Amino acid sequence: MVEWTEFERTTIQDIFSKMNYDVVGQQSLARCLIVYPWTQRYFGNFGNLYNAAAIMGNPMVAAHGRVVLHGLDKAVKNMDNIKAAYAELSVLHSEKLHVDPDNFRLLGDCLTVVVAAQLGAAFTPEVQAAFQKFLAVVISSLQRQYH
Amino acid sequence: MSLSAKDKLAVKTIFDKVAHKAEDIGSEALARTLFVYPQTKTYFSHWADLSPGSPQVKKHGLTIMKGVLSAVELIDDLKGGLLTLSELHAFMLRVDPANFKIINHNLLVVLSMMFPDDFTPEVHVSVDKFLAQVSLALSEKYR
Repeated sequence: MVEWTEFERTTIQDIFSKMNYDVVGQQSLARCLIVYPWTQRYFGNFGNLYNAAAIMGNPMVAAHGRVVLHGLDKAVKNMDNIKAAYAELSVLHSEKLHVDPDNFRLLGDCLTVVVAAQLGAAFTPEVQAAFQKFLAVVISSLQRQYH
Repeated sequence: MSLSAKDKLAVKTIFDKVAHKAEDIGSEALARTLFVYPQTKTYFSHWADLSPGSPQVKKHGLTIMKGVLSAVELIDDLKGGLLTLSELHAFMLRVDPANFKIINHNLLVVLSMMFPDDFTPEVHVSVDKFLAQVSLALSEKYR
């Protein structure tokens, strides 16, 4: 069981309630595909991913970024049992999508960088710690059903 | 994953732009390293105050950032140029090289926070590659 402090709960709820999912989703996924180009292996049918400009403008990337961010919603709403809430998603990523779990951390890092840009000075060390702890729990839950 | 001419230009451009904020960037990155990854505090047990904003964190943050800026100048031969710093980290400080990834991550986060319009995805990938090469050069003398 993950223990969350009051500060951590409030911080996570706050960040996500104020977030523009369309923007943050698109920016995080696009950034991941640009900074870690090997992650493009999972998106063979997304069309033009040839350079940063193409990736940033790609509508399928934008749409999928939104899907991924809304997937995080599940964790935000079930902070006391993310592991259970993510059981199906974990099976999906392992059995159907065959995603190497290392990639979760890469996308998580890009999401952190994008949220840092959005929040600026409000992304204090304390907020960063809470956010990264949340992402670590999500990532661990997503890896749970891999075998 | 060596640095292309495009990477080197991107790195020089962004660090030229942010150099005047070296102390802020370095101390924020170090503060986050100590706070978000508490195991890194073990290297600073001799400091009185490890909290963000403490004078020791500020001073050391600047030292680190100056090191990064000097690496930018040495970008064409990082291994050769950073030999002395590598010896320092290997024989004296004995910092586990796994920690280089941690401070690199926090440098990226701080650059993104402080310069969101300049830290585009293309700049991000070049800086990430650069910091990885710096870490490799710093690890050179370990064994």
